[in-house]
Amino acid sequence: MEKVIQINNLSAWFGDHQVLKNIRMDILKNSVTSVMGPSGCGKSTFIRCLNRMHDLTPGFRSEGEILLDGENIHSEKVDPVYLRRRVGMVFQQPNPFPRMSVFENVAVGLKLNGGKLSRADISGKVEQSLVRAALWNEVKDHLDQSGASLSGGQQQRLCIARALAVEPEVLLMDEPCSALDPISTAKIEELIEDLSEKYTIAVVSHNMQQAGRISDSVAFFLMGELIEMDKSGKIFTNPSDKRTEEYITGRFG
Amino acid sequence: MNWGTRVGTISFRRKAVDGAMKALFCLAAILVLLPLFLIFFDLLIKGGKELKLTLLIDLPHPVGEPGGGIANGIVGTLVITLLTMLWSVPTAVLCGIYLAEYGRGKFASAVRFAADTMTGVPSIIMGIFGYILLVLPMKRFSAWAGVAALSMIFIPVVVRTTEEMLRTVPGTVREAALALGIERWKTTLYIVVRTASPGILTGILLAMARIIGETAPLLFTALGNQFWQTRLDQPTAAVPLQIFTYAISPYEDWHDKAWAGALVLITMVFLISLGARFLGREKK
Repeated sequence: MEKVIQINNLSAWFGDHQVLKNIRMDILKNSVTSVMGPSGCGKSTFIRCLNRMHDLTPGFRSEGEILLDGENIHSEKVDPVYLRRRVGMVFQQPNPFPRMSVFENVAVGLKLNGGKLSRADISGKVEQSLVRAALWNEVKDHLDQSGASLSGGQQQRLCIARALAVEPEVLLMDEPCSALDPISTAKIEELIEDLSEKYTIAVVSHNMQQAGRISDSVAFFLMGELIEMDKSGKIFTNPSDKRTEEYITGRFG
Repeated sequence: MNWGTRVGTISFRRKAVDGAMKALFCLAAILVLLPLFLIFFDLLIKGGKELKLTLLIDLPHPVGEPGGGIANGIVGTLVITLLTMLWSVPTAVLCGIYLAEYGRGKFASAVRFAADTMTGVPSIIMGIFGYILLVLPMKRFSAWAGVAALSMIFIPVVVRTTEEMLRTVPGTVREAALALGIERWKTTLYIVVRTASPGILTGILLAMARIIGETAPLLFTALGNQFWQTRLDQPTAAVPLQIFTYAISPYEDWHDKAWAGALVLITMVFLISLGARFLGREKK
């Protein structure tokens, strides 16, 4: 399968504290890749490197290369603004824009990203994004309602729709279900599987069952190192590293 | 310790203290509210009899002559306030954005310190500043000089409230916008400022209410006059100035007009504050 993102010897520091050590990983097209590990293992830091969300964090520094379709995202030719349009992100806490309606939340990326779109084009794309995020049927009659008035699970799907509206190729999700109840979690998990037909998805999760359910491949991080990465079937039944085995059998972490 | 035997006495003492404290808080709340009501009723009684239509549409008349009003003052106040806001609102809001979104380091600290200091400067000093800056070089009192003095009062207040309001916008909102590939300046202007806009608007309207009532800065700058004024580089009337002129005069009917003028002014301020509340309320 085609490699969309290739990560070579990625190391990262916050000040003097090294949080990622020589990560090598490939993320395959139209697959779901999970990154799991105990708290503080660097998995969130790692996924945020992939769309340069750390650019504005004072004291952050990274080495190594991240190739998106073969192009180094740290090269001077790459504008982080355009990079983030190609590599979208969904966060741990649902964060719809306050004081914006459901419609505006999805439309705002399209409007502010400078495309010359007609009203009808925008409406069409908003509907399409909400349909893809499996939220359309629940909100189609109150698109003017404030985004913040939706339930937590709906808010998270709204955030997914918002990210999809700018038509990214890759979708990064940083523990997208950890603030949600089991029913909302099930909906998002189902959604992730559907979305992987069209998008390349990387999900951070500290929930092993979840990683097992949704992913094609799973990477296990520990103390800033990538311990093991494999097909999810293999990693949960027959891990090659002892530390992975200890983690998935619940002996630490 | 055996709590059981002491429950009765503790409960009585605690209830008494609880009641006394609650009474104290209520008393303080009433004390705060009382002056506003006293001022308003006093104005209604003393200014009520001169509160006629002529007050709002007539020019000032000489002593003893019936009728006469503060129409030129009302227009002057509106013109000076609008001109002040026309350039002060964008300047102050943009400066507040700078402090909240980009302002780290020594320059930003200096700006913050300057704004805080200016907020504490007595308003008459701003009048003297306007006098030296514009009245002396132009060799005449003018609306422009009034605008300059009032801007010095308006801007620091709005700079700081804008900054405070923007700081209440959670970082996750900025992150979400950047992750959509929205440029930083658009994120700031169209998303962060928009999120904080009710608070910023309230701050602007409260500062406006304050400069509408300012008298001291205008004494040295706009000066006031008795006629219609169409030129901005000439002495210009304002309601607070007319109240001041009427109030320090020795004539009974002018005193009544001062009371009525004060009633008009406090009503204007009241309406603006009400507007601020209305715009600032949370939309559901």
